[in-house]
Amino acid sequence: MAILVDTQTRLVVQGLTGSEGRFHGLRNRAYGTQVVAGVTPGKGGQEVEGIPVFDTVAAAAAETGANTSLVFVPAPFAADAIYEAVAAGIGTIVCITEGVPAHEMLRLHAYVHARGVRLIGPNCPGVLSPGKANVGIIPAEIFREGSVGLVSRSGTLTYQIGHELTQLGLGNSTIVGIGGDPVVGTSFVEVLALFQADEQTEQVVLVGEIGGDEEEKAAAFIEAELTKPVVAYIAGFTAPPGKTMGHAGAIISGSSGTGQAKKEALEARGIRVGTTPTETAELVAELVR
Amino acid sequence: MDLYEFQGKDLFRRFGIPVSEGRLATSPTEAREAARELGGPVVVKAQVLTGGRGKAGGIKLAGTPAEAEARAREILGMDIRGHTVRKLWVERASEIAREYYLSITFDRGAKRPLLMFTTQGGVDIEEVAASSPEALVRLHVDPLEGYHPWQGRQLVYGAGIADPGEQKQVAGVVGRLYEVFASCEAMLAEINPLIATPEGEIRALDAKVTVDDNALFRHPELAELRDLAAADPLEALAREKGVTYVKLDGDVGVLGNGAGLTMATVDVVTFAGGRPANFCDLGGGGDAQGVVDALEVITSDPQVRAIFFNIFGGITRCDEVARGILQALSRLRLEQPIVVRLDGTNAEEGRRLLQEAGAPNLYAETTMLAGARRAVELAAA
Repeated sequence: MAILVDTQTRLVVQGLTGSEGRFHGLRNRAYGTQVVAGVTPGKGGQEVEGIPVFDTVAAAAAETGANTSLVFVPAPFAADAIYEAVAAGIGTIVCITEGVPAHEMLRLHAYVHARGVRLIGPNCPGVLSPGKANVGIIPAEIFREGSVGLVSRSGTLTYQIGHELTQLGLGNSTIVGIGGDPVVGTSFVEVLALFQADEQTEQVVLVGEIGGDEEEKAAAFIEAELTKPVVAYIAGFTAPPGKTMGHAGAIISGSSGTGQAKKEALEARGIRVGTTPTETAELVAELVR
Repeated sequence: MDLYEFQGKDLFRRFGIPVSEGRLATSPTEAREAARELGGPVVVKAQVLTGGRGKAGGIKLAGTPAEAEARAREILGMDIRGHTVRKLWVERASEIAREYYLSITFDRGAKRPLLMFTTQGGVDIEEVAASSPEALVRLHVDPLEGYHPWQGRQLVYGAGIADPGEQKQVAGVVGRLYEVFASCEAMLAEINPLIATPEGEIRALDAKVTVDDNALFRHPELAELRDLAAADPLEALAREKGVTYVKLDGDVGVLGNGAGLTMATVDVVTFAGGRPANFCDLGGGGDAQGVVDALEVITSDPQVRAIFFNIFGGITRCDEVARGILQALSRLRLEQPIVVRLDGTNAEEGRRLLQEAGAPNLYAETTMLAGARRAVELAAA
C-alpha cells in the first residue's frame, strides 16, 4: 500500500522548466512515477521530454488528471504556487523549495488544513514509496521496498539511515521528509497516523532534530495511538543553544528543543532512541528479527 | 536575525509605540554629548545581541554628561556573554511606577502567533511562567484572521490592570506591537519591561525583535540592519562565501552535506571523544568550488587540528566532492589531516580519485563512525 504517493499518483511538477524541476522531474519519471504535466506561467504549450507544460495548475489538472503536485518554484513565489495548486483541486502537494518565509507558512498551514489538502514541506526532500513512486529529490537507488516506514525532518540524514537499513537487508514502505523549517505542512504525528493505518508498514523510524516540540508530541501520540514499534533518532545532541544549525527550525531556544529533552520524552514512553544512525538501523533490525 | 535594542526602538517609534528619547554612541565623548543634548539623568545601555546585560553591569544610570562619559568608558569594550560592547544607547532616564511584560512569539507548536502579557514585568519571564503561571495571560492570533483589538483588551483585563487610562494605552501598544510583528515578519517582538510612569504613561523601556531570515529578501530596509562587524569573523567569511557555518569550540573541523547529516556528524565526533570545531554544511549541490570555499572557511580557524569530511551523496555526487577536495589541497596548502568518508552516489569513483592522488594528509574511511574516530585520533596526535 505505502502512504502519500504510489502507483495512483499522477504528478504535476510546478517549475518543471527550471533546472532543478527538470532534473528531478525527469528523474522521478525514470523511476516509474507518472509525471503527467509541468506548470510554468508563460511556457504553456511547450514540452519537457514529452511532458506537456501548462500555464496554470488548473489547466494541467483538467487536461491530465493530475492529483499530486511537486513544487520547485523559488521561495518568493512558492506560497503562491501552493495556493494555486489548492485552488486547482490538487490533494497532495510536496514543496521542495527552501527559504519560504515563516509567516507565509503560518497562513498556508491554516489554509491547507482547513481544506483537507495534504502539504509536505517546504524545505524537504519529498516522498518515496520504493517500487511505486518517487516525488521529490530522494535518491531512490539507496532504498529498497519493505516494511519500515521512515519519517524525517532531514534529507541526507534520511539517506544515511536508509542506506544503513538497506545494508542490513531491510526495506521501506514509504520515506517521508517533512522538512526542516519551523512550520511545515505535515507534522510527525500526521505521518505516524498514516503509517499506523498502512498495511505495508510494520515498523516505523522517526528521525528528528533539535528545535520545536514535534518530537515530544510524536512521543505522546506513539504511546497513545501506535501499535507498531517505533525507533527514533535525534540529530543535534551537542548543538549549542541559540545557534541555527543549518535548518531554520533547528535551533535550541532557551531550555526548550534540546536533543536530550526529546530523547527523554521518547524513552519515557518506551521508544528506543539510537545514538548514531548506525545504531538506529541496528535497533530496527532487532525489531524485525 | 536579531535586532539591537536601538534598532528595535526605532521600529517601535515608527509604529507608534512610545519609547524614551535617546542617542547612539560609540565612544565616551559621544555618550557625554548625547547626555548633554538629552538633558537630565540618562541611562547608558550596552548594545549587544544577548540577554543579561543588566546583571553583567552593561546598563548604568548617569546624572550628568560627565557621569555618562565615565559610565560609557566602563561599559565600552566590556565582554557580555562572549559579545564585545561596541555601541551604546544613551536615553533619557524614566521614572518607573510599574513594570509589565508584553511579547508576541512565533508559537511553532500551535502554528500561530502567541500574545503574552503580565503585570509582573522586568524579570525573567520564564520564572514568572514557572512560579505564577496564572499571572501570565496568553492568547493566540489566528494567522488567517489577523489581530483584533479585543485581544489587546483581553490581555489587559486578564492581567488585572486597574487604571482605565493605562488599560487603553497598553491595549493600544499590543495592537501596534502586532503590527511590528506582522509587517516585519518577526519571529519575536518583546517589550520587557513595558513601564508605567508615576504619571500613568506607558513606555517601552527595552526592545527585542528577531526577524525571519527567510523573509529578509522582501525587507531590504531590515536586512541592512545586520551588523557584520559584530558577527564572528569566521561566520562572516562563511556568509560571504555562501557556506553554512557555525563556529564551535573544539579542534575537529566538521564538513557534511545537508543540515541533519552535518548535525549528526558533529554529534558522532563528540561521542567518539572529540570536540567539534564547527558545524559546516556543504548544502545540496556540493560542487568542487563549494568544497574549496568550505575548506577555506574551516581552516581559517586556527584551532582546527584535523578535518572530518562526511558526505552522503544523494544529489551531491561524491566524485565531484573528491575533485573539490583535491583542488582545495592544491590551492590552499592545508596542513591539517583530512579524513574523508564518501558514500552514496558515485562514491566508488570519488574514492578512486582520492586514492590515485595519493595525498599524504588524506585518510579514507568507509563509515561515519570510523571516520569520526580517525579524525578525533588525528586531532589529538
